[in-house]
Amino acid sequence: MSVLHDPNPLNPNAIEARGMSIYYGAFRAVKEVSFSIESQKITALIGPSGCGKSTVLRSFNRMNDLIAVARTEGEVIFHGQNLYGPDVDAVEVRRRIGMVFQKPNPFPKSIYENIAFGPRINGWKGTKAEMDDLVEQSLRGAALWDEVKDKLKESGLSLSGGQQQRLCIARALAVEPEVILMDEPCSALDPISTLKIEELMFELRRQYTIIIVTHNMQQAARASDYTAFFLMDQDRAGMLVEYGPTDQIFKDPKDERTEQYISGRFG
Amino acid sequence: MSAEPIQPLTPGSVRRLPQGEDFRRNIARRRFIGRIWRYLFFSSLIIGVIALVTLLGTIVNRSFGTVAVQERVNPATLADRPLEDLSQEELLAIAQANISGNVRRRLDREEPLAERNEAELLRIIEEFVLQREVVNSWPLSETLFNYRHIEEQAAEEFPNARLEFRSWVSWDFIVRPMSRTPALAGIRTALLGSIWMIVITMLLAFPIGVGAAIYLEEYARDNLINRIIQTNINNLAGVPSIIYGMLGLAIFVRGLEYFTSGQFLGPGGAPNGRTLISAALTMALLILPLIIINAQESIRAVPNSLRQASYGLGATQWQTIWNHVLPVALPGILTGTILGMSRAVGETAPLIVIGAATYIVTDPSGPFSSFTALPIQIYNWTSRPQDQFRDIAGAGIVVLLILLLSLNAAAILLRNRFRRSI
Repeated sequence: MSVLHDPNPLNPNAIEARGMSIYYGAFRAVKEVSFSIESQKITALIGPSGCGKSTVLRSFNRMNDLIAVARTEGEVIFHGQNLYGPDVDAVEVRRRIGMVFQKPNPFPKSIYENIAFGPRINGWKGTKAEMDDLVEQSLRGAALWDEVKDKLKESGLSLSGGQQQRLCIARALAVEPEVILMDEPCSALDPISTLKIEELMFELRRQYTIIIVTHNMQQAARASDYTAFFLMDQDRAGMLVEYGPTDQIFKDPKDERTEQYISGRFG
Repeated sequence: MSAEPIQPLTPGSVRRLPQGEDFRRNIARRRFIGRIWRYLFFSSLIIGVIALVTLLGTIVNRSFGTVAVQERVNPATLADRPLEDLSQEELLAIAQANISGNVRRRLDREEPLAERNEAELLRIIEEFVLQREVVNSWPLSETLFNYRHIEEQAAEEFPNARLEFRSWVSWDFIVRPMSRTPALAGIRTALLGSIWMIVITMLLAFPIGVGAAIYLEEYARDNLINRIIQTNINNLAGVPSIIYGMLGLAIFVRGLEYFTSGQFLGPGGAPNGRTLISAALTMALLILPLIIINAQESIRAVPNSLRQASYGLGATQWQTIWNHVLPVALPGILTGTILGMSRAVGETAPLIVIGAATYIVTDPSGPFSSFTALPIQIYNWTSRPQDQFRDIAGAGIVVLLILLLSLNAAAILLRNRFRRSI
């Protein structure tokens, strides 16, 4: 079992997909996707429903392994190593590449325990006081500390939807990942909570690489540095149509289908 | 397909739906049908309530009532004070002077008379010296509504007897061991047997059942073998309990007799495999499918988002199961366990088949002792010819129901504690 490499300052890319295809049984859900995701930037994956953008996102931290029939071909390179290599452990991948889900899913435990769980199961060696610090840092990192500092013992489920989602982000931060995957993190939230999450993403960009799947075109336009546009082909397999800086994708798309989609003519 | 072009819909343009008065009649008819169903459901409820009240009424009617008590020997001829006031030595002297022959030998074999305490000696004197016996009993309904008839009948048939009100369910009934005389019989040995059995059964069935459920839900792949296992578990839940009794008889009582009789621990074990451990193993097998199926249901009901959240933080499968799946599933698992426990407490047929003793005066001392259980005792009493056994059977049923309700209440309290902690 090899350990994943540490970040290399010379490599601008956090994650690189090379000829990645994903199958659910015999059905090919994603076809031959190749692109590189730059470190400490926000990359948005957009496209109509069923185009495989979530599947691509989940393949970056091997969450697709949890689906018995799912199978990934090609390579996902993380610090020069293939995440799907024979000696890479999915558990380590998920600690290094965290995830925030579509629906806020805090554990039915206290706010404190929600944060402390990740470090604990990953072999945390610190003291109680250090854990208190880590919980505070994580909650501050997710811009939630001021709202919950007096009720750390209350259930994570007692928070509002937007707060729950930030709790989930704080929970992900607590295991010190390098990359955070966000699967439509705002789709269940109201506009104000959405705005808070977007502000948070800008804040997090200084330290973390963020990849976000979104249905909301405005969100992609205002909150991301790079945009990847996915579409289904005739076999209903998702494919990458166009990828580039967000400004270019939205102002000067090279592909006609991208232009049609972002101008709202379909999807 | 009609050749005409389809007209756009406007309100009331299609006359196939009832209109006006017609529509009002239609609504009235629909409401009428709804009312009929409602009354039908209500009558089902009433029938259920009547059945339950009848059941409880019958039991209570039998468990309380009037008895005619008669003593062959007047206690005044034995001592100058009431027997209750005598010391152990005095009681022992009376017992030794008045009991002899086979009865004495039998009692001494159980436990020498000299070593017994006052309460036991008193009980023995009442039974064998005074020969206090209940010569007749009348149920509660007659006591309440037709007491005059009882008095007439008693005066006529048992002129030496005195009438007294008797609650067959009493502390004495609970703490006394078995006896051949219904008025002196208690249920202690059966109660202890049942408690021993249920504790061992749950210790076996709960971990095995939950473990199997975790494996089937969280680890097992969806292949042919696992599907066959799953189908079999579902069907096993419906197998009649007497068949489990047969299984227990063949495997635990006969096949594994060396172990279930406790002989492997050295001499002094039970003479055969008809022991508590055999019964508990059989009951555990009987309720395993119930526990597995319920645990599976509640594990399946744990939202997948919770598992994903845990995996997303780098938890292993076992960490996810232990920290998130099981705590959330636990209340549901306990519900299934409560059902299983109630079933095991009340189940009679398997115990009859594996041959639990029906007359036993010593308390069970461990998993390898022969035993009797409440349902067995009740069954046995109801099949005796003397009428008064029916009275103590009723009292036994009350004890069984109380045991069942307190076990359930304990389990429900436990479950609610877990539920609140979430």
